[in-house]
Amino acid sequence: MSIARTWASAARVLRQLRHDPRTLGLLLVVPCVLVGLLAWVFDGTAVFNRIGAALLAVFPFVVMFLVTSVTTLRERQSGTLERLLTTPLGRFDLIGGYALAFGLVAVVQALAASGFAVWVCGLQVAGPAWLLVAVAVADAVLGTALGLFVSAFATSEFQAVQFMPAVILPQFLLCGLLVPRAQMPTVLSRVSDVLPLSYAVDAMGTVTTRTDAAGSALADVGIVAGFALGAVVLGALTLRRRTP
Amino acid sequence: MSAAPAAPQPCVEVDDLRVDRGGVRVIDGLTVRVPTGRVVGLLGPSGCGKSTLLRSVVGVQRVAAGRVRVLGHPAGSAQLRRRVAYLTQAPSVYDDLTVRENLRYFAKVLCAPRDDVQRVLELVDLGEQADSLTSRLSGGQRSRVGLASALLGRPELLVLDEPTVGLDPLLRAQLWELFGRLAGAGATLLVSSHVMDEAARCDRLLLMREGRLLADDTVAGLLADTGATDVEHALVTLILRDRSAASA
Repeated sequence: MSIARTWASAARVLRQLRHDPRTLGLLLVVPCVLVGLLAWVFDGTAVFNRIGAALLAVFPFVVMFLVTSVTTLRERQSGTLERLLTTPLGRFDLIGGYALAFGLVAVVQALAASGFAVWVCGLQVAGPAWLLVAVAVADAVLGTALGLFVSAFATSEFQAVQFMPAVILPQFLLCGLLVPRAQMPTVLSRVSDVLPLSYAVDAMGTVTTRTDAAGSALADVGIVAGFALGAVVLGALTLRRRTP
Repeated sequence: MSAAPAAPQPCVEVDDLRVDRGGVRVIDGLTVRVPTGRVVGLLGPSGCGKSTLLRSVVGVQRVAAGRVRVLGHPAGSAQLRRRVAYLTQAPSVYDDLTVRENLRYFAKVLCAPRDDVQRVLELVDLGEQADSLTSRLSGGQRSRVGLASALLGRPELLVLDEPTVGLDPLLRAQLWELFGRLAGAGATLLVSSHVMDEAARCDRLLLMREGRLLADDTVAGLLADTGATDVEHALVTLILRDRSAASA
């Protein structure tokens, strides 16, 4: 793996985004609008404070999953991937480049959404607020890695988008946001134990409710990062130099 | 004892190549040599396996059997990644980057010097479009961006899949002149094409049909063999000859 080529790939992905200001705008504005809407809907109740932070973890996950799966699919179909795989560029250089680029976008997105949630919508955070951003970024990288992986199984952008409900919604239902994980039927609770989003939502819950959140939340972030790493390796395995 | 002067090693050696795609044998026992420093044209009806052969040479095609060696190494091996350039049928460039940004990225990936970008821009006559978004270019300009990216880093073998599709006659002539110059400087070019007047500009022609090689000859040799006056008729004659041989 070459740092120069990984960085060049990340810079290239960011340049592509820069030429697409509308996507960039949607990436930054939509999470803020949704957080604002949520705060408004539950105005005067304690619900926003319970689930607001969890949603800060869900947004980057969903958005980066979609953006990456469509971008990578385009790369597979336009011939650029086949072209790149005949060059010295390694598959981890390419995947690392994507993870780095979208990770950076996620930092900005998480800063905007968390800042909006805390300062404008009045989300109360007992623990250190930077942990909100850390969890969101880990989740964004996870979304990027999963998006990369599933794009191998889609043959059109239409299919790629369909993978979102297939991969993301079950995690959303089981992550503890709707029903606390401990109160689910045993089977579902076990399943939620092996889904990465559960740990991200746990971490967000810890950050909002406990002043000594750092240790426990960072452990959860570590688990999410582990899942992301696993998905990156699986994604790399789908980038085959020789194809049928 | 004086040894006979060794023949220069061919740039590409394909031996008994067999490729299956989707359960269908698309290349069936093909053996061919591509000489170094020449422009070699690859012709044949669409679907005859031209692109598959080119993909095998650059090492992105999964092959069922046979051996493909390029510059003395197995096709697709790591030593070849900077020495072999490949242009797919689609331009294989990023539509949402400018021409220069595209070339800079490929130059970095290939470890080509930074000033190489300007050199290839001029070679394909895209200097004025360098800072335009690739998606805003015409089809012909876009395919030249792909070609420019294949020229980065001065590769020893250029594998070009229909590089002149959608180009006007003047540009095509310029590009074939460029191919000749590159070969004169020692590079080898393996170029597939549909356009027969282009074929006449190749040092050597390979004619494929249904996954096999029908002819491997110079233009003059093909014309003499078939008694035709131009390449197009020569190819038609060879294909008809092959068809009647198959049905006989």
